[in-house]
Parts: sequence; C-alpha cells; structure tokens
Amino acid sequence: MTMYEIRIHSRGGQGGVTAARMLALAAFHDGKYATACPFYGAERRGAPVVSYVRIDDHPIRVYSQIRSPDLVVILDTSVMDVVDVFHGLKPDGKVIMNATGTREVSGHVTYAVDLTGIALSLNLVIAGSPILNTPVLGALAKLEIISMDSAKKAISDMFSDDRNTRAAEAAYQELVL
Amino acid sequence: MLTIATGNKAVAAAVKEARPEVVAAYPITPQTEIVEQIAEYVASGELDCRYIPVESEHSAMAACIGASATGVRTFTATSSHGLMYMHEMVNWAAGARLPIVMANVNRALGPGWNVWAEHTDSLQERDTGWLQVYVSTVQEAYDATIMAFRIAEHRDVLLPVMINLDGFVLSHSMQRLETLHPGDFIPPVNLPHAIDTANPAGYGTLTGPDDYFRFRWDIERSMRRSVGVIAETEQEFADRFGRSFGPAQEYRCEDADVLVIAMGTLAKEAEVAIDRLRDEGIRAGSLRIRWLRPFPELDLDGRDLVVIDRDYSFGFGGILAQSLKSRYRVDPYSVIAGLGGQEVTFDDIASFVRERKPGEERWFGVSDDV
Amino acid sequence: MTEIPKEEYILKCTSACAGCPSSIALRYVLKAAGPETVLVVPACCTSVIQGAYPNTAMNVPVYNVAFAAAAACASGMSEAYRKAGRKTHVIVYAGDGGTVDIGIQALSGALERETDFLYICYDNEAYGNTGMQRSGSTPAGARTTTTPGGKIHAKKDLDGIVAAHNPPYMATACVAYPQDIFKKVRKALSIRGPSFIHILAPCPPGWRFSSDMTIEMGKLAVRSGMWILYEREHGKVSINGVSKAALKKPLPLEEYLAPQGRFKGISQQAIDSLISQRDRVAQRLLKEDEGIC
Repeated sequence: MTMYEIRIHSRGGQGGVTAARMLALAAFHDGKYATACPFYGAERRGAPVVSYVRIDDHPIRVYSQIRSPDLVVILDTSVMDVVDVFHGLKPDGKVIMNATGTREVSGHVTYAVDLTGIALSLNLVIAGSPILNTPVLGALAKLEIISMDSAKKAISDMFSDDRNTRAAEAAYQELVL
Repeated sequence: MLTIATGNKAVAAAVKEARPEVVAAYPITPQTEIVEQIAEYVASGELDCRYIPVESEHSAMAACIGASATGVRTFTATSSHGLMYMHEMVNWAAGARLPIVMANVNRALGPGWNVWAEHTDSLQERDTGWLQVYVSTVQEAYDATIMAFRIAEHRDVLLPVMINLDGFVLSHSMQRLETLHPGDFIPPVNLPHAIDTANPAGYGTLTGPDDYFRFRWDIERSMRRSVGVIAETEQEFADRFGRSFGPAQEYRCEDADVLVIAMGTLAKEAEVAIDRLRDEGIRAGSLRIRWLRPFPELDLDGRDLVVIDRDYSFGFGGILAQSLKSRYRVDPYSVIAGLGGQEVTFDDIASFVRERKPGEERWFGVSDDV
Repeated sequence: MTEIPKEEYILKCTSACAGCPSSIALRYVLKAAGPETVLVVPACCTSVIQGAYPNTAMNVPVYNVAFAAAAACASGMSEAYRKAGRKTHVIVYAGDGGTVDIGIQALSGALERETDFLYICYDNEAYGNTGMQRSGSTPAGARTTTTPGGKIHAKKDLDGIVAAHNPPYMATACVAYPQDIFKKVRKALSIRGPSFIHILAPCPPGWRFSSDMTIEMGKLAVRSGMWILYEREHGKVSINGVSKAALKKPLPLEEYLAPQGRFKGISQQAIDSLISQRDRVAQRLLKEDEGIC
C-alpha cells in the first residue's frame, strides 16, 4: 500500500480533530503506520478546521500538509461555502460527505451518509452538537480504509458509551458502495 | 506497550515513567497537553508527584530550582514566550548545576502572535549551559525524555536538559509510540550539593572576580564531559530498548555529494526529498542534528551543504548555518524556511538542493519587496 | 519574659552596615526557627550581608535566588520537603523591593496555592542593596535616589494585599521589639500553610540617620502610629499592646520624621498624606481588633 492521504473538514467543536485521531488509531490497530495532524487556525467553536491523516505500511516521514488527498471527508457541508474542500483531490479521489440523499461532486465519487441523522437518532449529542466522529469511522470502514473491527476498537479506546459503536455500525450500513 | 500518541502525550508518558517528585507547570499553547496530561496522572494516582500550578513560567523554573536544590527529580515544560519569560531562571538553573529536565515545544515569537513551529525560541537559550536535543518523531520525543533525566543527573554532567519538539506539527501529531518501563535505566537521583541542614552552606552567594570564572569553566567542563555521557546513555538505551540515536542522524550520507542539514520535523521530511533526489541521480543525504548543545562533532568534508534554519539571528544569519560555518569552516547554502510554521514540503527541500549556491543565503518565500 | 535561646546562627563575619536592622531581625528569626531551616533569599541586602564565596556568615543553609523568584523557589522547595515527609522550615527572607514590586506575583501565587512556608519581608522602604532607589514600599514624601524631590505616591499596602489572600497567619513586627519578632516567628512556624511577617527595618544609610539610632527609630515609628504592630490569625486581628497605647496617644509625626534625612524638606501635602494613610489603616485595624467590621 502506498501512502493513503485523507483530509477531514469540519468546524471547531464538532470533533473533527478526534475523528482524525480515531482514524489513525484504527489504522494503527490494523497494523499500519498512521499519522494524524490537525491544522490549527484560531481554535474557536464554529471556525473551520482541517485535519490530516496519513496511512501507510511504512513509517511516515512527511509532516507537511496533504496537497493531493485520496479521500476528503466533510463532516459539516457548510464549510464548503468558505473552504475549497476539494482542493488537490486526486482525479480518482473519493469524498465522504455528511449529508442526506445523493450528491454529485464534479468528477469525484461521492458517498453521502447522514451522520447527523444517525447521531440524533441515537441521541448522541454533546453540548448541543451531534457526535459525528464515531459514525464516520463506520463509513471509512465500509470503504475499507480501516477494518470495522479496528474502527470499533478505536472507538471503544476513546469512548465508553456504546452508542458510539452503534453509530459507526449504522453508518457502515448506510454507506452504499 | 505499542500505542499511538501525540508528541505532547508522549513526553508526558515518558515523564510519568521517570517519576519526578515535583512538577511545576504553567500552560502555553502548544505545550498545554503536556501539563494537562501530567495533572491527570497525578490526580489519578498514576504519578506520585507534587504538582505545582505556578502563576508564571518564571515561577515554574524558580519552583523547579527550589525543589531540585533539595535533591529531588523535577520537570517542567514550556514554549516560546513562556521560555522567554523564564529566561533569567533558565540561566539560573544551569548556573546552580541542577539536573532539571524541561520540554520546550518550539513556537515562534510575537508580535504578531504566531503559535506555529519555529526554533528561534530554544535557540535563544543556547548559551545558557543547558543541554539541548531536538527530536523529530513522537517515539524520539518519548525516548529523549527518558534519557534526559539520566543524562542530566549523571555526576559528570549535573546540568539541566531541554528537549525540543516542533509545535503542532509534532506536539499535536499522532504517531506510533512504543512505551517502556525504564527500570534501573534511570538511577535514583543523587545530587552531591543538595541542601543539607546538618551541613549548612550558602548557595549562589556573592562570588567575586577571583572566583566566579572558575564556576563558569566548571559548567563548560561538564558540558564537554556530557558528550561521553550522552553517547554511553544512548548506547545502553539501544542495547536495552532497541533504538539508537547519536548526536546527529544520518540518512544516505555515506556516498553523498550534498547534505541537507536541519533539525526537527523538517529534517525528517528531508529524507523524503533525499529519496526523490536520489531517483534523479543526485547523490544527496540528510543530516538531522539532534544534540545542539553540546554542539556535535560532524564530518562535513568535501560535500556541498544545504542548511535549513527554522530560525534566524537578525543581523547575522541562520543560527545553524552560522554555527556550522564557524565550527567547520564550511560554506553552506543557507536557507531560512519554516518560520512561524511556514509550509515547507519535501518538494521544496529537494528544490533547495537543486538550486544550491554555496555561501549564499535564501529566505524561502520572499523577494526583496517582501 | 520569653526565653530566647543563646545559640547564634549569624556568625561574626557579616558584611552588614553598622546599625543594620535586617541583621538584628534575622538574628531573632533564626533563633526562633532553629537549625532545621533553609533561608530562601532573593536579591536584597541579605544577599550581600551573608558574605562572599568561599565564606558564609549563616549557620543555616541559605539558598540565594533571583530577584523575582523567592516565593516561587520556596514553593518548590517546600513541596519537595513535605513530599519527603520532612518538617524543614522554608523561610523566605526578602527585602521590600523583592516582595512588593518584582516579587509580588510569585508571593501572590505561593499564597494562593497555600504553600507551607514563612515569608518574611524586612522593609527598609527602598531598594537598599542597590543604593536606596524607591520601591513601592517607600512612603510618600521620602527622598530616595530616584525620588530626589520626595516620593509622590503612597506606600503600597502590602499587608492589605497579603490579607486578601487569607493566609492562616500574618503579622507585622519591628526590629526595635526583638522578643516580639521571636514570638511571632515561633507562632508562624507552628502553623501549617503560608505565614507572612512584615518587619519594619529602619535603615541608617537609607533613611539618613546615625548608625546608633536604629532601635530608637523603630520605637518612634511604632509610637507615632506610623508602624502598627499586630497579628492576623485566620483573619482575626489583635493589635499589640504597645501599638494600642500608641494609637490612643500617638507621638506627633514630626518627632518621627525630623531625625530622618530622607524626610528633610518634606512638603505639608506629603505629611498630610502620611497622616491620613496612617489614620485610615489605624481606624480599620482598631475596628477589626474590636470585632467591629
């Protein structure tokens, strides 16, 4: 496996940074090398946040920002108004979007999963915000970026509430390849 | 145990293994996770240590000095402006010959406010008598912290040690980490000049022109001895735990015509540039400087040098480039890059090598008109 | 009469000025504290008084530290000792500059963290060690090298600042009453947590009076009400008898000011300011002492 690069877009307070860390943790459980690094701008609730995850079979020596991701994950589609979330996305790159229904993004395979809906249905909400970073791991597992077993292990490493695992399973089911 | 952790968490985990008796802590971005994690270890009982939430960085070092003087192991962490505020006491700690260990998360100095990686902060402390090491991976941050306590407390050293890690790009990045239990790798601290009420003495008293210079010489003498202590410590670490280091880390240097020299994460990413250049037929290698103080012995003969400084000394030059020039009579191509977290990729590094002009200085990203 | 131990902890080779009040005070502080004591000394007269390498005039360990850092250093030291189960007294012995100006942050932090230590500020109302420049503790009207026309601003209320941190024990003292110093130090050291003692140290070269008048000057300060001797234990005030008497019938302020060269030519405005500050503090303390607040 050559290095696989994922860029996660969210807003501060939505758990985008934790999503990146859990993804790296799951990849680690799969026996891979993985790095996760957020890019911090002004750390404010609601401000756009970008996190980078790299996964490789070999030790990763790159620290600079991901310029051509293989996968873009959008946890909050409202950032698309202010951030060019597809910048650099590889021609055969994919998109996971927190959205209902299907979405067409020029030339890229796009998977829409209603992460918000899943979170709300399980009442997985903290301080008014639905938890998106655990269900998104299920979506990532469906795309075989990480195994579902490792996704669940990463989730339970970080959170004890088992609704998080159920959210991931629901997202896994919902994503249609 | 194999796990995944950020640079900050790795430092905190290593401190936990070293078991300091007193930790003084003042938060500053991007170091905060270190002191927060240590607070959690103390609150949960995993670390039996007195945690002093001081009211400033100057006081953090002062508190470490007070505690260390009684003969116990201490630790603190800071960054950038915190380090600057602490500067007076950073000097004091070395002069007092106290084996304090401190993690510094490298961050640029304001104004303007900038929280991203730059080395100028710790490089401004290079004259203080502290030993300084610069790490480039989460694992190295952990291992260097473990070794720092042993090196600092060695009776031939008895000088404080600063571990430097790049702000955000390493402090907040998750990477694979193998934790360990040092066991007797770190012997119990034994400060020969610890305060002893049964043998009262004055510490740091008025010391006149006939005597003061002898104490400064003693610092330098210990700094020179630390070269051997570092080597011996790192060798034993390699024997026991399987990872070896050295004053500088070489990558494909043996037959290299040109060397890229840098510190921290840039120097690690440079290895990717080296691989690309080699594919092009350019015999490049990278030399990642780890120990800045004591300044390393390097073999730089007969190669072009591209030195990347993530720092600057105004009116003079990149500190690494100038240091190498003065020590080794070389004429590096000096590139100033990465200030304030400026993006520098392996492609950029490769281009520095291709375009190199020995003896010249280039500020990456600027022209005369700024 | 309190039995004061004969053992001396200040030996006969200090570099103190003739008539130095701080050395007198420290003599009784150390008699009260005993040998299981570490003095933490920031830059101040005591840094010099203790002598120069390779000698020390002190028969207890003295840890010298940078100007701003005394209370923080003591904090770290105390935590280390208490963790090791040791009852070693950690005593900061600092001048007014290193307490009320550059050292106030560290003192405030150490008090807020309830550090188990005793902080003693010996107050000669200026930066004595560096040649008598003004400090925040210099009273209005006093000439110093940086206030040659007399200080405009009032003396900072250090006791009020410390009291606001609610330490278990704080007190004022004066070099002219050494038994009182001894008792207060003993009391402070018997109480766990932070204690604070503020000792007036009339300084012959600084205040410009003759070296044999130190004790007399201290008595004048107390008898004129300019320095009030009291204790505050868990917030409850008790004023020393000698000060109670002084406040009932204080000596005219001129008797205190006249012998001091630093007050020569003091303006009436400054005198009024001194009197009003004295009366304000006295009224408040008397009320607290009587339980009326």
